[in-house]
Amino acid sequence: MQMPQPSNRVLALKSQLADRLRQVLPKDAVISDLAETRAYECDGLSAYRCPPMLAVLPASTQEVSDVLRICHEMGVPVVPRGSGTSLAGGAMPTSDCVILGVARLNAVLETDYADRIIRVQTGRTNLSVTGAVEAEGFFYAPDPSSQLACAIAGNIAMNSGGAHCLKYGVTTNNLLGVKMVMMDGTVVEIGGGHLDAPGLDLLGVICGSEGQLGVVTEATLRILHKPEGARPVLIGFNGNAVAGACVSDIIKAGVLPVAIEFMDRPCIEACEAFAHAGYPDCEALLIVEVEGSDAEIDHQLALIGEIAARHNPVEVREARDADEAARIWLGRKSAFGAMGQINDYMCLDGTIPVTELPNVLDRIRQMSAEYGLDVANVFHAGDGNMHPLILYNANTPGDLERCEAFGAAILKLCVEVGGCLTGEHGVGIEKRDLMHVQFNAADLDAQMSVKDVFDPGWLLNPAKVFPLDASAGHRAA
Amino acid sequence: MTPTREDELSEIIRDASGPLAVRGGGTRGINLAGGDLSTRGLTGITLYEPGALTLVVKAGTPLVEVETALAAERQRLAFEPQDLRTLLGTDGASTIGGVVATNASGPRRIQVGACRDHLLGVRFVDGAGNIIKNGGRVMKNVTGYDLVKLLAGSYGTLGVLTEVSLKVLPLPQHEATLTITGLDETQAVAAMSAALGSPYDITGAAFTEGRVMIRLEGFTESVAYRAEKLAKDLGHFGKVEIGPADWQDVRDVAAFAKQVGDVWRVSIRPSALIETLAALRADGPVQIVTDWGGGLVWVLCDEGRDLRLSLLTGHATRVRGTPNGDAPRFQPEAAPVAALSAGLRQRFDPRGILNPGVMG
Repeated sequence: MQMPQPSNRVLALKSQLADRLRQVLPKDAVISDLAETRAYECDGLSAYRCPPMLAVLPASTQEVSDVLRICHEMGVPVVPRGSGTSLAGGAMPTSDCVILGVARLNAVLETDYADRIIRVQTGRTNLSVTGAVEAEGFFYAPDPSSQLACAIAGNIAMNSGGAHCLKYGVTTNNLLGVKMVMMDGTVVEIGGGHLDAPGLDLLGVICGSEGQLGVVTEATLRILHKPEGARPVLIGFNGNAVAGACVSDIIKAGVLPVAIEFMDRPCIEACEAFAHAGYPDCEALLIVEVEGSDAEIDHQLALIGEIAARHNPVEVREARDADEAARIWLGRKSAFGAMGQINDYMCLDGTIPVTELPNVLDRIRQMSAEYGLDVANVFHAGDGNMHPLILYNANTPGDLERCEAFGAAILKLCVEVGGCLTGEHGVGIEKRDLMHVQFNAADLDAQMSVKDVFDPGWLLNPAKVFPLDASAGHRAA
Repeated sequence: MTPTREDELSEIIRDASGPLAVRGGGTRGINLAGGDLSTRGLTGITLYEPGALTLVVKAGTPLVEVETALAAERQRLAFEPQDLRTLLGTDGASTIGGVVATNASGPRRIQVGACRDHLLGVRFVDGAGNIIKNGGRVMKNVTGYDLVKLLAGSYGTLGVLTEVSLKVLPLPQHEATLTITGLDETQAVAAMSAALGSPYDITGAAFTEGRVMIRLEGFTESVAYRAEKLAKDLGHFGKVEIGPADWQDVRDVAAFAKQVGDVWRVSIRPSALIETLAALRADGPVQIVTDWGGGLVWVLCDEGRDLRLSLLTGHATRVRGTPNGDAPRFQPEAAPVAALSAGLRQRFDPRGILNPGVMG
């Protein structure tokens, strides 16, 4: 992974910068000792590491503004960081940057059940947003699998999804307003508690901009009342194609499940060996979850059962109670752990049109043989968001490189069939150099021109998202 | 000019020597200065996959054509785009590109989101003639910056849409509306908030002509079950009747169509409704139609009145009425935000030729 040469001018500013930052932040909020900055050297993409020059932990919007203003004046790059759970290297430092962690910004500022909103500081974790409103029966819908740890700031930066977004949408569909600090320290408020904002949809482009347009310190989020109940059904099939056809038929029938998860044979076998969930011996497996009252759930599951029956399922297993529901989810939820026990793995995140599912899985199987690396597929089937897990051994020389080449080939295939490089993890540094596959120069220029407007000096979260050769002209301007 | 191909449109824009008035069906009644540039020659459904809930369509395709194709598969545009022709006294046929460019979203916005939330991808030509694509045709896509949202509701000022990809949804089996009459505004907003804070998946919550209307959609048995539960929960507000209702009238603000006066669209938090109405009334007579559970207020007021002068919170857009003095159509933004919007316009349309001045 190529990163720009660290700036000697910036590195020489380290102690002067630390002094200035200590004038606006508490002593313990400025971290300059290498032993401590090392804690910020990577995020969830731990194959790449680089300790930052400094790390700061501001505790208010004013402190964030002071930090950015000072860094802006001194021309120092800033890498914003939520909880550091990005799988794409979205929060990976450069050696000449200041890491700006929002962990101390974790307060709930306002909850309003009549307006169905919550306003929080963005260092707050995703799950604790739901935690703040669940006593009243409400929840915050986007639920990335890292929700115990990941911060709302990171969710906004990456436009995070989750297992339930088939029904409830992703972060951008649930974000109503932000308070954001621009790189020069200016504080802007966009949107609010109402359902739309006047003028251009700036909120829409800020969400998912990977921390490159500003640092969001406060967010107004939509909250919803919890459904009366939810239950899954497990359906096993003897082929990927037939499972894919069943997904299409369920969607066409007007049932809108909250989740349709897909696992292929390698994944089923690994999960079974790890978690003993009692999954059937089959080629493909769907877990479909529906919500509502008991009677509504029964009705929807019956309908799904009828649809599945037309596709000759190996098994249809409805959860009759919470215990059986938990067993059905057990294998799926332990998929990543199961893979981790077998081997090191790389998790991909491309999205494909749902109709391409059988074709893409066949091609991945062929490529697996060509690259000599095993791959298991878990998949948010309802929306086509794939998570192929490529297994490799980090201790075998050349294995990581082979794995990365295989991963790139899969992502190119996703684009080729009409999909995209990343459905919910983001580009970060991981997929940066593949952006040319999906976008031409004009497409990338249009995106980078947004960056030019929000951060003309290109100081925020450098060297991410856009291939370095494509961004060179913009960065130099 | 009515180009029939994207590259032809690109040439027209690149070679333009002055402002262009970009329009689809021209149903919004917005006066545009400049050479006429119509998207009506860019038509046709490129791809429709009912099993994947996705539609890709050329921007100039009439909305009615899109809706007919979807209805044949028992699907729809769930964000319920409005038809404001009667309200605005315009004719012509809405285009799908116009719907997207104005982010036109109806009563179901409270449950499924706005047009922008259903927009998966765009192709457009910017003010320099560059052909640009963003997003795609898949449901989940975080690859690069989301210009899709930025283009939705940009009124043609950042680029001329040539093709849009949309998420579509199945038509429900059944629809029912709970109606409560005789409530004052305080009770009405409380009833709507109570319904929207329930687990019953409300797809419409409006207050118009003295009636609170709460819409439920889905499988027949499920709608019946939820309607009964909700009627019980809302019983203390008044007598609840369950039956069909005309949501199209709410969507299109039919109540004001035949009345004289300016029409504004006010966006607020529902909890601010009562103080907002008091403030509006203190400065002159108004009539209201309330949608989105109290979050969207359509206001009919005297011609020429600048409603914003009475507004304490939220924002207001003038939908019908002649410009008066300094009051622009859209709510002016705070200076740092306005600078960002202006910067984006400058980048996407450096010569300022696409619908200049339409958004302020």
